[in-house]
Amino acid sequence: MEVDQMQRQCLDYTKSLFLEGFLDGQFVQLQQLQDENNHDFVVEVVSLFFEDSERLLNDLTFALDQKSIDFKKVDAHVHQLKGSSSSIGAQRVKNCCIEFRNFCEEQNIDACLSCLQQVKQEYCHVKNKLETLIRLEQQIVAAGGSIPTMEF
Amino acid sequence: MAAPSSSNWVMESPHVPHVLAVDDNLIDRKLVEKLLRNSSCKVTTAENGPRALELLGLTSGGQNTMNGRSKVNLVITDYCMPGMTGYELLKKIKESSVMKEVPVVIMSSENIPTRINKCLEEGAQMFIQKPLKQSDVKKLTCQLMNCEI
Repeated sequence: MEVDQMQRQCLDYTKSLFLEGFLDGQFVQLQQLQDENNHDFVVEVVSLFFEDSERLLNDLTFALDQKSIDFKKVDAHVHQLKGSSSSIGAQRVKNCCIEFRNFCEEQNIDACLSCLQQVKQEYCHVKNKLETLIRLEQQIVAAGGSIPTMEF
Repeated sequence: MAAPSSSNWVMESPHVPHVLAVDDNLIDRKLVEKLLRNSSCKVTTAENGPRALELLGLTSGGQNTMNGRSKVNLVITDYCMPGMTGYELLKKIKESSVMKEVPVVIMSSENIPTRINKCLEEGAQMFIQKPLKQSDVKKLTCQLMNCEI
């Protein structure tokens, strides 16, 4: 495939992620921070997000599995996840977290468990999407092209 | 040259601003660091209030790891942190004789007017809504260096 075809494919894929609500404008902020001095910035931040989220999701699973649930602790974990997902532009994960926090406040166990499942699913979706996007971008760079960015 | 006052951010001589960024969230720390570096700042990060106070030389018996060698021109801190909140950190800085002139900026993902007012009343220079964007940081550093956008 020619570089410009790859770039078009990459841009179309990125656009679809925005249209489907997986990513929001904050992700574009991240892309714009990438430069010659730090051309792996997006990959670095996204990798940190994956590690951090997986740890938080494990902690949440553990916290909600207890006989006596400490909702303050659960809320603290969700707050962290909401923060990081918001900072990288993972919109759906962030929105899930907002809902989750409401149920923590209500101390509604069933709703919290349901939210946990939802946030895990949304995290898996966005992880797959971001990994695909990064792969596409790396193919372009390997072929000597530059990563196309969206105007937002 | 006007004497520094709490409303005057301008550094006395043009040099690279040194910013201390405090946030318990790893991703947010990485982001704020990059945003500040892109605005030509030197950055030191801390993951909590006590560590920040240590770095500022404000803990009794603590080592002055930054003062003398490299003065901090701005502190930017998250509000919601376990243990010591950004508000408590702000208070401690403003109560100190050495560091009270240093501008402190508070960041938060939550837009709560009482929270914002409380921080401004305690002497915070500015309140920024998270997630942080390049335009937020540019505005901040421009004020610090008194340049026109």
